[in-house]
Amino acid sequence: MEAINFLLNGEETAYDGSAADRLLDVLRDSFRMTSVKCGCKEGECGACSVLMNGILVNSCCVAMGAAEGANIVTLEGFRKTERFAVLNKAFAATSAVQCGFCIPGMVMAAEALLSKIPNPKDSQIREGLSGNLCRCTGYNAIVNAIHIAAKEGNGLW
Amino acid sequence: MENISQPVVKKDHEAKMAGRSVYVGDYENDGVLVGKMLRSKLARARLSDVNIPPLPNGYFYVDKSDVPGDNHVNIVMDDTPVYARETVEYIGEPIGMVVGPEEAVVDRILGEIQVSYEELEPVLDLGNADTVFFDYEYGKGNMEKAFAEADKIYEEEFTTGYQDQTYLETQGMMAEPEENGTMFIHGSLQCAYYVHGAVMRVLGCGPDQVHIKQDVTGGGFGGKEAFPSILGCQVAVAAKKAGAPVRCIFDRREDLEFTSKRHPSLCKYKVAVKNGKVTAMDIDVKFNSGAYTTLSAVVLQRGIICSNGIYNIENLHVRGRALKTNTTPNGAYRGFGAPQTFFAVEMMMDHIAMDLGIDSLEFKEKHIVKQGDSTSTSGKYHFPVPIPSMIEEIDQECDYRRKRREYAKPQTGRYRRGIGISMHFHGAGFTGSGERDIIKAVCKLHKYPDGTVEILASNGEIGQGLRTTFPKIVARELNLPLDKVYYDHPDTARVPDSGPTVASRSLMVVGELLRRCAIKLRTQWKDGEDQMVEERFKEPDFVIPFYLDKFQGDAYPTYAWGVNALEVEVDTYTGLTKILGAYGNFDVGTPIDYNIVMGQMEGGFLQGIGYASTEYMDYDQKGRIRNNSFSDYLIPTSADVTNLSCMLHVEKYPDGPYGAKGAGELPLVGVPAAYVEAVEQALGHGVKLNRAPFTAEDTMKVIMKEGL
Repeated sequence: MEAINFLLNGEETAYDGSAADRLLDVLRDSFRMTSVKCGCKEGECGACSVLMNGILVNSCCVAMGAAEGANIVTLEGFRKTERFAVLNKAFAATSAVQCGFCIPGMVMAAEALLSKIPNPKDSQIREGLSGNLCRCTGYNAIVNAIHIAAKEGNGLW
Repeated sequence: MENISQPVVKKDHEAKMAGRSVYVGDYENDGVLVGKMLRSKLARARLSDVNIPPLPNGYFYVDKSDVPGDNHVNIVMDDTPVYARETVEYIGEPIGMVVGPEEAVVDRILGEIQVSYEELEPVLDLGNADTVFFDYEYGKGNMEKAFAEADKIYEEEFTTGYQDQTYLETQGMMAEPEENGTMFIHGSLQCAYYVHGAVMRVLGCGPDQVHIKQDVTGGGFGGKEAFPSILGCQVAVAAKKAGAPVRCIFDRREDLEFTSKRHPSLCKYKVAVKNGKVTAMDIDVKFNSGAYTTLSAVVLQRGIICSNGIYNIENLHVRGRALKTNTTPNGAYRGFGAPQTFFAVEMMMDHIAMDLGIDSLEFKEKHIVKQGDSTSTSGKYHFPVPIPSMIEEIDQECDYRRKRREYAKPQTGRYRRGIGISMHFHGAGFTGSGERDIIKAVCKLHKYPDGTVEILASNGEIGQGLRTTFPKIVARELNLPLDKVYYDHPDTARVPDSGPTVASRSLMVVGELLRRCAIKLRTQWKDGEDQMVEERFKEPDFVIPFYLDKFQGDAYPTYAWGVNALEVEVDTYTGLTKILGAYGNFDVGTPIDYNIVMGQMEGGFLQGIGYASTEYMDYDQKGRIRNNSFSDYLIPTSADVTNLSCMLHVEKYPDGPYGAKGAGELPLVGVPAAYVEAVEQALGHGVKLNRAPFTAEDTMKVIMKEGL
C-alpha cells in the first residue's frame, strides 16, 4: 500500500501504516502531537478535537484512509497563530484552564466556532462547545473567554 | 476585593493552554511496556485456574504470585488486594496484568487467557447486603421522650445513586525501575504519599527505595485519592517483574466500570414534630461500599455527621452502616458522603413542611443553627453562621420567595415550573482529630541563593489551582513578586508529607502552614544564602477534641456554607427538565484568588446538577455497570445549563490563610435537594420525591402514575 499523504500543521506528511489506524493514535504516537488528548476514543468527549480541512473533528473517529489529502491542524500548529495568542490571553483572563485536559480540544473548538461565527452569541458559543466535555469549570469561564477573544480579536476571524 | 483575592494568570496556564503539559500518557513510548488488566468476568467466584498461553519474548503475565511484599493495598484498611487472591469479589476485579511492548499483542494474549471459575452467589443490592464493613452509632438528648411527646411522627426513605467523577483524563500510572535499584512511580494522582506508603508495603521495601511523583493530572474530584494507590501497586509489581518501565492507562469504559465512585445510599428518617418544630431525628444511613472497604469508613463518618443537615436538632440518634456488595468498590468523590445525607435531610424537611402546609424554606429557617449552638456530635459552631444573610442574597438574586409562591399555584399545560432551595455546610479538613493524629502535616520553603523560593509540600495541583494559590500566599508574606515563588508537582523524594489532596484541606490547612513558613523565612531571611524553613500542623486552641469511638466533639474546626436555588421547567410530555436558573451562594471565607474560587464553585455546582438530574448509573443482574460510556452516562455539556450563576459570601476563618476556608467540595454538596425540590414543585399535586438523580424517566413515571 502507498503511504497516506496529508498536510499536518502546514507540512507535507506521509504515513506508512494502515489506512484503518485512527488519526488520534497516529497523531500522538507517530507524530508526537501530544496536545491531542484521548478522553474516550468513541467521539463523545472532544478531547482529541483537531481541524480537518477547517472543520472540527474528533480525531478518534477518523480513519487514516480518510485523511489522505486532508489538511490537519492540531494545537501544535494553531498555537503559532495570532488567533491563538488572542484566545490564550482571554482564557488566562478568566482562569478558564483548570486540569487542562480538555483545553487543547476546547481551543480547537473555539477556533472552529469563531471561524464560522466571528461574533457569536452566548447560545452559539455554548452550542459550538457542546461536543467538548469539561468536568472542571462548569463552562462559564470558557464561554466568557470566547466572548472576550471575539471582541479583542476583532478582524482576526 | 482584598488584594490576595485579585486574580492572576495561573502558573500552569501557559503550558496547559498550549498543549505542552506532559500528562502520564504523553511520555515517549520508547522502551515502555503497555500494561493491561486481566479482569474477573464474574461478580463472585473462586478462582480455579488461570491458563496462560505461551508468551512471546518480552511479554509477561503478572499476578499475586509476583508481589514481593504483601498482596494488600494500604488504604484505610488493607483488604483490597493488589491482584486477586483465591476469590474474585466483583466484575472487573484485576486478576493479573499482561505487559509487553505492543498493545495489540497484549490484547491478543488477554483474549487467549482462560480463567476457570467456581461461581458463587453474589450479593448485589444494598437492601440484601449482610456483610457490614462499618457500623457507627451516636446521638444526644432524650429520643424516647421526644417521640412520646410528638404531635406527629414522619418516616421516609431516600435513595441516591452512583456518581462517577468522570475526570477527563482517565486513571493512568507508570512505574520505572531506576538504575540504583529504586522504583519510580508517577502518574495521575492526588495523594503522592498515599501511593508511597502503599507501594512500599507491596514491594516490601523501605521508604527510600521507592518514590512517587504526581504528573500533570487531568482532574481528580476524589477519584484519584485512593485509586492510584491500587494502580500504582499493580504497575510497580509489573515493572519489578519485567525489569522495565510499565505504563497502564485505562480506557474510558474501563474507568467508568471499574474505578471507585460515589457510594449509592439508602437513608431512613424518622422525625418527631411538636408545635410545628422538629424535636427529634432518628436516622439510619446505609452506604453501598462495593466489594472492598477502600475509603468507606471515612466517607460514612462524614455522611452521618451531617445527616441532620444545618439544623439544630436537640434529640438525635444516628446509625450508619457501610455494607459489602459484589460490585465495584466505591470511594471518594467531592463531598465524601455528605451529598447523600444532605439530600435526604433537606427532602425530609421539605416533605414535613408540605404536610404542615407551610413553605419548605420557612420551615427550614426555624431550625437553622446559630453560632454557639451544639453540632450533631455535641461540638460547637464556633463561628457565625451566615446562612440567613445568604438566603436573603439568593432571594434578591433570583426572586426566590415570589417565584416559589407563584409556582405553588396549580399549574396545567405541557410546561410547568418549579423552584427549590437547599442549604448545607461542608467541614474542611479531615473528620475529627485526623489532621492532628493521622496526617500531621509538614511543609517547607526552600529559599535559593538567587532569592527564588520553592514550596515543598505534597499536595497536588489537579485543576483547583494550588500551583498558583500556594505561591500567592508565600509571595505575599515575603513581599516577593509572584514569579519568584513556585510550586511544582510533588515528588516524595523531594517534599515532606503535608498530607493528601483531599477533604478541601489543602488551601485551608496547608495554605496556613505555608503562610507560617513564609513568616518564619521572612524573619530569618539572609540575602544570597540557601535557606530552608519548616512548619508542622498545630490544631487551633478552640477545638473541642473529637472522639471517634463516641462521635463526640468538634468533627470540624469550621464550616464552609452554601445555599443553592434551582429553577426548572418540566415538559410533562417528555419528562425533560430545563434549568431556567441555577443560583449558588457560597461562603468559603476569603477567596485566595477570585477566579480560581469561582471556577471551583461553578464547576462543583454543575457536577452537582449532573448528580441531581442526568448522571444515572446502575449495574445489570450480573453486577456489571451498564452505563460505561459518555453516551449513556450523561455529564453536563456547555449547552445543558446555560445560566449558572454563583456568588461568594465571605465569613472569614481566623485560622485559615487570610480568612480562607475549604472550598473544593462545598458547591456540589447541596445541589440535588434544590433540584429535586424544584422538580417536585413543578409536578405539584403533593407528590413527594425521594431519589436522586431524578431523571427524565423518573419524571415520566410520576406523571403517568399520578395522571398529571
